Amino acid sequence: MDQVTLNPASADGTDDQTAGIKPDPATIRPERLWPYLLVGVVLGIAFTRSGVISWFRIQEMFRFQSIHMYGIIGSAVVVGAVGIQLIKRLEARSVTNRPIEIPTETFTAPGWQYWLGGTVFGLGWGLLGACPGPIYVLFGNGVTVMAAGFLSALAGVWTYGALRHRLPHS
Amino acid sequence: MIMEFFTGPWPWYVAGPLIGLTVPLVYLYSGRKWGISSTLRDVCAATLPRDLEYFRYSWRNRGAWRLTMAIGLVIGGLIAGLMTTTGQPISPATQADLAAIGISSVDGLVPAEIFTWSGLATLPGFIMIIGGGFLVGFGARYANGCTSGHAISGLSALRVTSLVAVLGFFAGGLLSTHVLLPLILGGGF
Repeated sequence: MDQVTLNPASADGTDDQTAGIKPDPATIRPERLWPYLLVGVVLGIAFTRSGVISWFRIQEMFRFQSIHMYGIIGSAVVVGAVGIQLIKRLEARSVTNRPIEIPTETFTAPGWQYWLGGTVFGLGWGLLGACPGPIYVLFGNGVTVMAAGFLSALAGVWTYGALRHRLPHS
Repeated sequence: MIMEFFTGPWPWYVAGPLIGLTVPLVYLYSGRKWGISSTLRDVCAATLPRDLEYFRYSWRNRGAWRLTMAIGLVIGGLIAGLMTTTGQPISPATQADLAAIGISSVDGLVPAEIFTWSGLATLPGFIMIIGGGFLVGFGARYANGCTSGHAISGLSALRVTSLVAVLGFFAGGLLSTHVLLPLILGGGF
């Protein structure tokens, strides 16, 4: 169903082009949702306690006045990269036996969607001081006006969905 | 010491590795690529798909896990917000720069005079919340990922596409910070 509706030449590369062993679909175990709820709660606390959701921390980052955010993103990438390398080297399988979707898409110049879409995202990030994760976490923290930011972000996604055939990709 | 872990600010070397660990953990559980901005697409697909091809997919199958995680993010924020906190130690240089554009206090998580419902009714507040939110949503889906999907999951997988996207994030953020914000807050509007 999903495979049919996806346009292979679309910007959805990371959803489609993946590496790793493809297990027999018959062996896939049901996926529970509570682990994701737990991941969200832990991240929500971590994002709050570390200031990832702080508008001021984002300003500090874009003004190059503190190592804090660079340290967070940098150390997260190091841990993530080591984890991915271990998964690949050890040919690990997932608990639910679903295929491990490590992205393999390659960059083809000029790659409009990445730098143009990225710049548009960055413009918004600098103004709102929050990327999608922190929008949720700030709302939980009682910054209820983030509900308006969330609805506007939905409008942005919907507009992209409506205009994407007219926008340059890759 | 232990109480400080729950109430005080965490240093980057505690939070960063914990956030990074999410990537292999989610892979090892279900093989899924960790990312958050796709939840916005899921919500559009669930509520207002119209006839748009971009929203014609099974959001339940592909999105249930991340929508559940998003609910967890709200709950995690709620829990953390209920604990007393000493706030983030923001660099004095940033405080001085922000004071120069009219943001005199760095207490709390957001500038109190802008990120409230009454702040939303002002032109700077409207541009920053509604304009900023729109660009975040549009840009994240155009680039096919946000800070989680590109900066963390994508860079962890050593993807050039993600590196280009992250360079774009910074180009846009620098432009907003150094050009747009002074215009919006410094009386340009």
